[in-house]
Amino acid sequence: MRRYFLIAIPYVWLLALFLVPFAIVLKISLSDAAIARPPYFPQFDWAEGIRAFIAELDFENFVFLTEDDLYWKAYLSSLKIALISTFFTLLAGYPIAYGMARAPAEWRPTLMMLVILPFWTSFLIRVYAWMGILSNEGFLNQFLMWTGIISEPLTILNTNSAVYIGIVYTYLPFMILPIYSALERLDGSLIEAAEDLGCSRLSAFWLVTIPLSKNGIIAGSFLVFIPVLGEFVIPSLLGGSNTLMIGKVLWEEFFSNRDWPVASAVAVVLLLLLVIPIVLFQRNQQKQQEAEQ
Amino acid sequence: MNRMSWFNAVSLTLGFAFLYIPMVILVIFSFNESKLVTVWAGFSTKWYGELLQNEAFLNAAWVTLKVAVFSSTLATVLGTIAAYVLVRGGRFMGRTLFSGMIYAPLVMPEVITGLSLLLLFIGIGLDRGVFTIVLAHTTFAMCYVSVVVSSRLVTFDRSLEEAALDLGCSASEAFRLVTLPIIAPAVISGWLLAFTLSLDDLVIASFTSGPSATTLPIKIFSAVRLGVSPEINALSTIMIAIVTVGVITASLVTKHQVAKQKREEMEAVRT
Repeated sequence: MRRYFLIAIPYVWLLALFLVPFAIVLKISLSDAAIARPPYFPQFDWAEGIRAFIAELDFENFVFLTEDDLYWKAYLSSLKIALISTFFTLLAGYPIAYGMARAPAEWRPTLMMLVILPFWTSFLIRVYAWMGILSNEGFLNQFLMWTGIISEPLTILNTNSAVYIGIVYTYLPFMILPIYSALERLDGSLIEAAEDLGCSRLSAFWLVTIPLSKNGIIAGSFLVFIPVLGEFVIPSLLGGSNTLMIGKVLWEEFFSNRDWPVASAVAVVLLLLLVIPIVLFQRNQQKQQEAEQ
Repeated sequence: MNRMSWFNAVSLTLGFAFLYIPMVILVIFSFNESKLVTVWAGFSTKWYGELLQNEAFLNAAWVTLKVAVFSSTLATVLGTIAAYVLVRGGRFMGRTLFSGMIYAPLVMPEVITGLSLLLLFIGIGLDRGVFTIVLAHTTFAMCYVSVVVSSRLVTFDRSLEEAALDLGCSASEAFRLVTLPIIAPAVISGWLLAFTLSLDDLVIASFTSGPSATTLPIKIFSAVRLGVSPEINALSTIMIAIVTVGVITASLVTKHQVAKQKREEMEAVRT
C-alpha cells in the first residue's frame, strides 16, 4: 500500500503537468480558430459523447501550415541551422576535447571545471555577451579594423552568422564532454601500435582515434542538434528579421498573433520532427550501454 | 603521453579563449564610465549603484529567487522519489509510461513545455503568477533530479540496504539511515542543477508567468532586446561572480572529501 502511495506521488504529478497539458495542445491544434477561443475546456460535452467530440476536430490548422510557406520554410531553415551549427560545434569541440584528454592527468579536473563553469552561468547572459561583440561598433569590428583586415565594419549581428556563432558558443560544453569521456578511455597504445605499423600520425588519427571516439561524437552531436532545433533565445537576440527558426515562429504565433490553434499545430509538428533524432539518439545510447556490459 | 604537443596546447588555448573572452569583456565593460558599452571611458562602479536603485530589477530578482528555492526543493523531493521508484520499485503498472514521462521533458523544446503548461493553466482557470511558475519549473526540474539521483542509485550496493533491514530497521528507517546518506551527494547536485535551471529559465517562465510575477530572465530579456546596456553588464557580472564562487567552492569541497575518504580508507587498511 505504502509502495503504491510512493509511486503515485511523482506519477500523478507528471500525468497532470506533463501528459495532460500535452493532450490539450494536441486537442487545440485540431480545433477551429473560430470556436477555439478561451475557455476551451468545456468544449468536451459529456452529454453529446465522444463521437460528437471527435467529429468536431479536423486538420484545418495543419492544412494551413502547409499552405502558408512561412511555416515549412521555418522548419527547413531550423533543420539547416541545426545541422550546420552542430557541424561547427563538432569542429570546434573535438580539438578541445582531444587536447583535454591528452593533457597531463593532474590538469584534467581543472580543465573539466573550466568547461563546466560556463554551463552553470546563465544562458541568457552568455548570448547577451555576444551582442556587444558582434554589433557594428562592437569589439570584433573594432579589432578587425585596428588590424587593418577590413576598412568598413562588417554587419554580423542580426544575421544568420551571428546565430551560428551564438549556438556554437553556448552548446560547446555539450559537445566537448561526451567526446572527452570517449577519448579519455581510449588506450594510447593502440595509436602507438598503428604508428609502429607504418601509419602516419594523421592516418593513425583518422583510422584509430576517430572511429574509437565515434560514440562520443554521435552523443555530442545529438545533444547539440536536438535542443537547437527548438531554440528561441539565440535567434531572437542574435538573429535578424529574416532568421527563420521554428521556436521563434511558435513564440510569435502565440504572443504576437495570439493564434493558439496554429501555435499548437506548430508545436505538434515540431515534436514529430524531433521524434526521429530522439529515437536515433536513444538507440545509440542503448547500443553503447550494451557494448559496455 | 604526458608531453603536450604544440597542437594540443594551441587547441586548448584557443578553445578556452573562445569560451571565456566574451565573458571577460562583459565583466570589464560593467565598470565602464560611459553609457556606450563598446567605448572605454574610465573606471566607474556607478552602474552597480544604479542597479541597486532599480526597484524593478530587485523585485524580479526576489521573485526569481523565491521561485528557484521552492521549485528546486520540491523538484528534489519528487525527483528523488521518482528515481527510487524507478530503480528500486520493481515492476508496476504503467512503468514504461512513467519512465517515458521522466525522460521526455529532458528533450522537449522549452517552447512546447511552456505552451502546453500555459494552456493547462488557462483551461483550469488558474491565475498565473509565482505559483504557476513554481509548478512549471518543478515539473521539468524533477526529471533532471531523477536522472542524476538514479545514476547514483544504480551503482550503489543494494546489500547495504538489505543488511539494515535484516538488522531490524523498518523500510523508512533503512532509507533514512542508509540509502539517503549514500545518495546525498547526488541529491545535493540534483538540487543545485534544479536551482540553476530555474534561475536560468526564460522561455517556460515567460509562458507561465502573469503580469504579477516577472522573473529576472524575463526582465533581462526585455531590456536586452532593445540593445546592450551597462546596467545589464553589471547584473551579469554579479551573476557570473556568484556562479564562479559557487562552482569553485563545490569542487574544492568535493576534492577535500575525496581526499578525506582516501585517508580514512588507508587508515582502515592499516589498523
